[in-house]
Amino acid sequence: MKVDVDMSICLLHGQCVIAAPQVFSFDDDGGLVWVAEVDEAQRADVEAAADACPEQAILLG
Amino acid sequence: MTAPRITIVGASLAGLRTAEAVHAALPAARITLVGDEPLAPYNRPPLSKEAAETLARDTTAREAVFGKLLLRSKLSPAALSLRLGSGAVALEPGGVRLADGALVPGERVIAATGLRPRRLPLPGAEARRHVLRSFDDLVRLAPSLRPGARMVVIGGGFIGCEIAATGRKLGLEATIVEPSPQPMLRALGPRVAAAMAALHRAHGVVLLTGRSVAGFSDEGVILDDGQALAAEVIVEALGSHPNVEWLAGSGADLRDGVLVDDRMVAPGAEGLMAVGDVARFVNPLFGPEARRTEHWCVPGQTAKRVGETLAAEAAGTALATRFAPMPSFWSDQHGMRLQAFGAPSLADACRVLEGELSLVGRAPVIVEYLRGGEPVGVLGLGANPAALAKARARLDAALTETLTA
Ligand SMILES: Cc1cc2nc3c(=O)[nH]c(=O)nc-3n(C[C@H](O)[C@H](O)[C@H](O)COP(=O)(O)OP(=O)(O)OC[C@H]3O[C@@H](n4cnc5c(N)ncnc54)[C@H](O)[C@@H]3O)c2cc1C
Ligand code: SF4
Repeated sequence: MKVDVDMSICLLHGQCVIAAPQVFSFDDDGGLVWVAEVDEAQRADVEAAADACPEQAILLG
Repeated sequence: MTAPRITIVGASLAGLRTAEAVHAALPAARITLVGDEPLAPYNRPPLSKEAAETLARDTTAREAVFGKLLLRSKLSPAALSLRLGSGAVALEPGGVRLADGALVPGERVIAATGLRPRRLPLPGAEARRHVLRSFDDLVRLAPSLRPGARMVVIGGGFIGCEIAATGRKLGLEATIVEPSPQPMLRALGPRVAAAMAALHRAHGVVLLTGRSVAGFSDEGVILDDGQALAAEVIVEALGSHPNVEWLAGSGADLRDGVLVDDRMVAPGAEGLMAVGDVARFVNPLFGPEARRTEHWCVPGQTAKRVGETLAAEAAGTALATRFAPMPSFWSDQHGMRLQAFGAPSLADACRVLEGELSLVGRAPVIVEYLRGGEPVGVLGLGANPAALAKARARLDAALTETLTA
């Protein structure tokens, strides 16, 4: 599945990093980085991350 | 077996997330989501922040602003029956009685009714007095957030501090009246609260601490020392009451919210569960006391637990894990983000891990909160998220130890 983050609304809460640390992380400058294509095994984690994002910035495809 | 009927009362974040969790656990369940507000579930935190700012600048932008608040859901409309605009007034043996007289059947009822703002039981200045919990509240408030207007915020908690900061950004004069010695004192502790007070003052907020409101006049508020403060806008941000009246007589413990056990089930009322701001539960990460937590993360965490409970029941198995969610909250004030993990309010001491409290708002600061020498929380003030994530990992490790000890 595809993972995207709308960086125009992401406010760097980092809830996604907590919910799915294998997919979302912060680089040393504090910017958000994510894996754009994840396998089905990670679906639950990625959906949990999308639900936990207070800005609804995570788009799953 | 017929499909179970599950009725969720309160159509906000907790209600919606619970409907999703119930559907995932029991795909055949017939789910009804009852809400007293006429609006589809929406997000509240922006009401004191960006949404207030946008709507104040353009009071015709109502639909655009609401569109941004609307919560997206992965539930198909067919999976859920939404009944908006009439609240629950009683829990009856067969289901939930609504204000319009209808009975919504449900073998299982889940309370997600959240909180409502407390108001001062004093008469006067009604047309100028506001609270901020719902989109309607914001629609009523926004037109008075005009540059140059004088705003008095009663109560220096998070919502009060946020709306004062938003007011300053919009060019209002803002005064916060707070009875305790610092704003956000209970949540942040004396050292950080003092630093936040300094930040508010640096941004032109007049902070009257140790003072309370004794009455209202036609011009504004009157303080306990007799001082009169003229104000075109008065916001009462004194905390909130759990919406539990509709559960009177249900058998549940309703002192400060609905007491629920590790399964989110209310002892004394087996068919009743509760989630979100209205739920009071023990979090074993922080000891044996049941507490209510008014953070955005709680609805999602408690909803997920309801799903786990229902799935375990259906499978006839026991719950595989304990319910021990890591709390987190954030706030935005004067362009600075506060981000906390754990329970800073339970701490008896704190230590600065990074930066300096005197520089709050100008340079990143990370504070660790301790109880009996052990970490119970961590707070970033304008902190780099990567640095905060490291501090949080220490907290995780310490709290996990509590759990296994
Ligand atoms: C202005 C504001 C700013 C906030 N900012 C932050 C923040 O920055 N960070 C953070 O972590 N948290 C913040 N929060 C807290 C967060 O929004 C709440 O924790 C969250 O909304 C709780 O969701 P809930 O669904 O449990 O309750 P609520 O959102 O309160 O929803 C309860 C719903 O139930 C309805 N209801 C009540 N009684 C009945 C009845 N008898 N019948 C039917 N329906 C009923 C209510 O009308 C409401 O729609 C903020 C809250 C507010 C109000
Ligand atoms: S939780 Fe949402 S807002 Fe926060 S960092 Fe992740 S995507 Fe951005």
